[in-house]
Amino acid sequence: MSKKTRSYVEFLYILPLLILVALISYYPLYGWVYAFHDYMPPKPISSETYVGLKWFEYIVSNPTRLADVGRVLVNTFAMSGISLAFSWFPMIFAVFLNEIKCRPYKKFVQTVTTLPNFISWVLVFSVAFNVLSSTGAVNTILVDLGLIDKPISFLSSKDHVWFRMWLWLTWKNAGWAAIMYLAAISAIDEQMIEAAKVDGATRMQIIWRITIPCLLPTYFVIVMLNLANFLSNGMEQYFVFMNNFNKKSIEVLDLYVYNIATTGRGNYPLSTAISMLKSIVSVALLFITNTVSRLVRGEGFV
Amino acid sequence: MTTKAALPKKKHINPMDRQGPGDKVISVITYIVYAFFAFVCAYPFYYIIINSISANNLSERGRVLFYPMEIHFKNYERMANIPGLLDAAKISLMRTVIGTILTVMIAAFLGYMFTRDTMWKRKLWFRFVAVTMYFNAGIIPWVLCMRNLGLNNNFWGYIFPMVVQPFYIILCKTYCESVPKELQEAAEIDGAGTLRVFWQIMLPVIKPILATIAIFAAVNQWNSFQDNLLLMTNRPDLNTLQYVLYQYITQANSLKALLSNTTNSSAIIAGLQTAATATSIRMSVTVVVVLPVMLIYPFFQRYFTKGIMIGAVKG
Repeated sequence: MSKKTRSYVEFLYILPLLILVALISYYPLYGWVYAFHDYMPPKPISSETYVGLKWFEYIVSNPTRLADVGRVLVNTFAMSGISLAFSWFPMIFAVFLNEIKCRPYKKFVQTVTTLPNFISWVLVFSVAFNVLSSTGAVNTILVDLGLIDKPISFLSSKDHVWFRMWLWLTWKNAGWAAIMYLAAISAIDEQMIEAAKVDGATRMQIIWRITIPCLLPTYFVIVMLNLANFLSNGMEQYFVFMNNFNKKSIEVLDLYVYNIATTGRGNYPLSTAISMLKSIVSVALLFITNTVSRLVRGEGFV
Repeated sequence: MTTKAALPKKKHINPMDRQGPGDKVISVITYIVYAFFAFVCAYPFYYIIINSISANNLSERGRVLFYPMEIHFKNYERMANIPGLLDAAKISLMRTVIGTILTVMIAAFLGYMFTRDTMWKRKLWFRFVAVTMYFNAGIIPWVLCMRNLGLNNNFWGYIFPMVVQPFYIILCKTYCESVPKELQEAAEIDGAGTLRVFWQIMLPVIKPILATIAIFAAVNQWNSFQDNLLLMTNRPDLNTLQYVLYQYITQANSLKALLSNTTNSSAIIAGLQTAATATSIRMSVTVVVVLPVMLIYPFFQRYFTKGIMIGAVKG
């Protein structure tokens, strides 16, 4: 087999997989055309259903829709904002976990706190439901202790939804996110710490002056990734926790586009239009954060 | 160490282990705070497990808090009678097995092929695949296009969209690049073709990274919920365990229907402790869905940890 033929043959081997990628990841971009049509399934789109920018104009011209989008954006910004504001938590979690000298205990804490990361949001919701329902552990204990008279309905309350969603997110992810910092801590030069100890530094001083500064580059990347994903909270968490009481404050963009398309008669074009705007802004955010990262650290993360 | 000798000799404490009074306080607080974190993460699982094996009339009123009471396993024995649950378990298992095998094989194959600089336009194709990590069209355009491809209401809708994972491919590519080139060259001189080199030389060598990928892919498949929700709208027989559990929690009606079915039969005779309640079904199904992950997790923890580390190096 000549060299030339072989190079084409090798390409042919991967061609089926490239086609699969094209269909699964690139073809949905073509799905954006639905935003420019009056699409009502099962009737396919055609030149007759073409409506141009109608749905984009509809978002800004319809006052209720505009207010809805505004509310959803506030939710999205709030949830992402809280996550960003507390993004140092896994780092601090790792720093003090590293201070535990009893190895089995440290290992135990690490294992137990990373486990929730590997269960689905449905299971997290199930856990939440079982523990927080009116006959769940939390309410039973609170009533038994006489702290409350009757059970609190945690999950159907609309108060502090943003913060509670952050708590669940942290419950699920913090232990896992800490692993990366733990590895970064173990990479810190021992001599630096020993020198500090010899000079009489206390543990808090070592943490504050050595450990945390050494972790800042990792933390910076996490913050940049957080910013790049500012609009993308994902829908699963909010979907499973959503109910009629908290819907108004739990709907983030990803969930909103799903709800528009599935409730009532289902407005696919409007949903697609919003998805499309979101995707474009997200890519722009990725570019910006990557550039910032390149300027600050000398390398991007893409 | 030389500095050690210079220190006052009154106590034989290595300066590295010296603790001030403030340090002790920090130690104690740290132990207590982490005990709290561990409790918050572990107790809910423990609570659900002990409730699923305790007397149902007690668990329904929330009386089982710290240890199982009046242990019985009726809730699990009854599971086969809950309509849809067994089918859902089969679907979940099938998608996990098939999806994981395909994901791993594709990651290995593409990872290897993208290291072959003999391939026509290799770099272009690699970028073509890798860049898909950084954009997505949004769920609704995605769903509409998957419908056009006939992947809705079709088991393969669980598989095909998930099997080409750029991140895993990059991991495999990096790993293949670290394997000495001579290994491949020797085989090629002996007349092995591209595919044979992959199958007989590279695949055995890159097994460690494939194990890590397999674990992640399997957990992803098992936990996946969104594709069920978005694509399988008219095929309840294709529902996964995750989706069925979600239905049991949120749709009290379907649960009540289940209850009347089961209480009509043997449960009434069996007595109140073991009669199915909404709580007992919810708890025991939750255990069944969470157990596979909980069981494999401690054994494969190092793979998980390795996985995030490789990811971190790249990031």
